Amino acid sequence: MNRPELICPAGTPAALRTAVDAGADAVYCGFQNATNARNFPGLNFTPDELAASIDYAHRAGAKVLLALNTFSPAGKFALWADAVAIGARLGVDAFIVADIGVADHIARNYPGCRLHLSVQAAASSPEAIRYYCERFGVKRVVLPRILTIPEIRTLAAEIPCEIETFVFGNHGLMVEGRCSLTHYATALSTNMDGVCSPAGDVHYDKAADGCVATRLGGFTIDRFSPCEQAGYPTICKGRYRAPVRDKPYYAFEEPVSINLLAMVPQLIEAGIAAFKIEGRQRSRAYVRTVVTTFRAAIDAACAGEVADLPDLTALTEGQKQTKGAFETKKWR
Amino acid sequence: MTAKLTLGPIIFHWDAAVKRDFYARIADESAIDTVYLGEVICSKRTPYFDKHIPDVIERLERGGKRVVLSSLCEVVLPRERRMISELCQSESHAVEVNNVAGLIDAAGHPHRIGPLMNVYNEETLRILASDGATHFTLPTELPRYVVAYLASAAAAIDVAVEVQIFGRASLAVSARCYHARAHGRTKDNCQFVCESDPDGMVLKTIDGRDFLAINGIQTLSHSYVNLCGEIDDLIAMGVGHLRLMPHSADMIAIAAIFADHIAGRVDVPETRARLDDLAIPAPFSNGFWHGVAGHQLHLG
Repeated sequence: MNRPELICPAGTPAALRTAVDAGADAVYCGFQNATNARNFPGLNFTPDELAASIDYAHRAGAKVLLALNTFSPAGKFALWADAVAIGARLGVDAFIVADIGVADHIARNYPGCRLHLSVQAAASSPEAIRYYCERFGVKRVVLPRILTIPEIRTLAAEIPCEIETFVFGNHGLMVEGRCSLTHYATALSTNMDGVCSPAGDVHYDKAADGCVATRLGGFTIDRFSPCEQAGYPTICKGRYRAPVRDKPYYAFEEPVSINLLAMVPQLIEAGIAAFKIEGRQRSRAYVRTVVTTFRAAIDAACAGEVADLPDLTALTEGQKQTKGAFETKKWR
Repeated sequence: MTAKLTLGPIIFHWDAAVKRDFYARIADESAIDTVYLGEVICSKRTPYFDKHIPDVIERLERGGKRVVLSSLCEVVLPRERRMISELCQSESHAVEVNNVAGLIDAAGHPHRIGPLMNVYNEETLRILASDGATHFTLPTELPRYVVAYLASAAAAIDVAVEVQIFGRASLAVSARCYHARAHGRTKDNCQFVCESDPDGMVLKTIDGRDFLAINGIQTLSHSYVNLCGEIDDLIAMGVGHLRLMPHSADMIAIAAIFADHIAGRVDVPETRARLDDLAIPAPFSNGFWHGVAGHQLHLG
C-alpha cells in the first residue's frame, strides 16, 4: 500500500511550526503578495521567515512547498519571477503553479526544481494533465474537487505524475482559476490579485429587526435572521432569488466544507499520493486539530487498523460537511 | 489600422431551428467577418445541433464568413475528452481551443486560443504561440493595461488578438449545473431546463438587485459588456478582432451599429445611443477594462 503524504496549510510561520509538529509530511505557504491565491492581510511569509521556516521543517523531515498559484498579468511578470528566484535560492522542495508562463519560467531557468500543478490550473482530464507533464515536467497534479473515487482511480492509470487531492476544508464551487465573480463585484481579481471576497469590500449591515445583511462590493450576498450566525460573504456560497424559486436559495452551494476523513482508506487504495488540507487563512488550533486527526487516520489505514474518527464539524464552514463529488456524481 | 467583427459561439441552449435561422441571417445580412461555431458550455446539448453544423458552415461560408470551430470549455467525462480530441485534430477548419485538454492534439498545426483559457501574460502567449496558436481571444476580466501588453507581445510574434466588446461576460464555469440545481435537479437528469432562458436565468440578490445570470454550468454577468467607447483605443493598441457574443437581441442590428462605428461613420455618443435604443433588458458595463469592479460603467 502506498503511503500518502499529508500536505498541510501554513498561513504564518507559527502555523507552519504547528503543522510540522502535528505530523505534516509537507507544508505549503506563500509570499505576502499577489503571487499566491491566499493574498490576505496578515497572512503569508517574508523571505526571511520562509528561510527560517524551511530550516525548521527540514530539521523535522518535512517538506516546504511554495504556492505561486496565481496568474501573472502581463507587465507584472517580474513579481512572479522574483518569487521563484527567492524560493529556489532558499531551497523550497517544490513550486505549486497554475500559470503556463510561470511553469515554463521555472522549467527553463530552474530545471532541478520540482513542479506541482495547482488546483488553480483546473486540470480535470488526463489530456490536460499530460500537457503540463510533457511541456513543463510537472511531477504532481492537485486535482479539482469534482471527481468521484472511481474516476480518480481510472485517471491515476492514465497520467505520468502523482495525484494530490484535497481531503478537508473550504472549497469554492467554480472551476478554480476560471472565476471572476469577485472581480465583477470588486476591483480585485482572484486570478491576478490572489483574493476571493477581499475583506476591504465586505460589509455587515444590521437592520432594525436584527437581521444582518452581508455584502461584497455593495451586492447583498446573504441575509441572516437574528438567530443565525452571519457567514462571510463569498459569492458562490450566497443566497439569491431566481424566477423559478419562491424563496432565496443557495444558487451554487451552501456554506459547507469538504471532509473525507471517513474515506481515507479508499483514497489511499485509489492511488492518491498526497492528501491536502485547505486553510492557510485558518487558526493554529484548526491546523493542529485537523493535521493531528488526518495523521492518525493515515497511519491507521497504512497499518491496516480501523481509526477512531473524531468529529471535525466544529472546524467546518457553516458547521456543515460533505464528501462532495468524491462520493457521488449526483453532486454535479 | 482597423478591426474585424467576430461573432462568438452561441453559449445558450437555443432550439436547433432558432440557431439555424440565426446563422442564416448572420450569413446573409451581417457585418460579421468570422463566426465561431460549436457547443462550448455543455456536452449534453451537442446532439441537438451537431447534425446541422455542416449545413450551417456551408451557409456561413457562402455568405463570405470565415468559420472557426470552438471546443468545450469543461472537459471531464470520456465523451467530452473524445469531442475535444477529435475537434483539435481536425484540420478542415480553424479550431478555437477552450480547455488545456485540447492543446496536445492541437500542437503543431495552426489553432486559436479561446477566452476561457488563461492567457494573462506575454510568457503564456509566447509558449502557446510556439506550439501553433495563431490567434488569442483574451479573458474578459483583463484590464486595459494587460491587453495593451499582450497586444504588443502578440504583434511582435505576428499572432492575432481578439477582445469581447459586447454581451454578457463569462464570470465562472463549474462541474455543477446551476440551471439544473435551480429546478431541483442534477446535471445527469437536467431535462434541459436551460432551454427556457435564451440569455441565461437572472439571479437577483435577496434585496432584489440584478446581479448574475446562470447558463447551465456557466455563471455570467447580468450586465452586458459594451466597449463601444473603447474601440478606438483597442484598435490603436493592435487588437484586430472584436467579438460580439450572441444574445436574443437583434444581433444583425448590433453588428451594424458596431461596424458603422469601426468604419468611422458614427461617433461614440451616437453609437452608445443606438445601442441604448435596442432596450436590452440589462445595463451595460465596462468595469473590467477600466480596472474597477466589472459591473461598473465608465463613460467618457
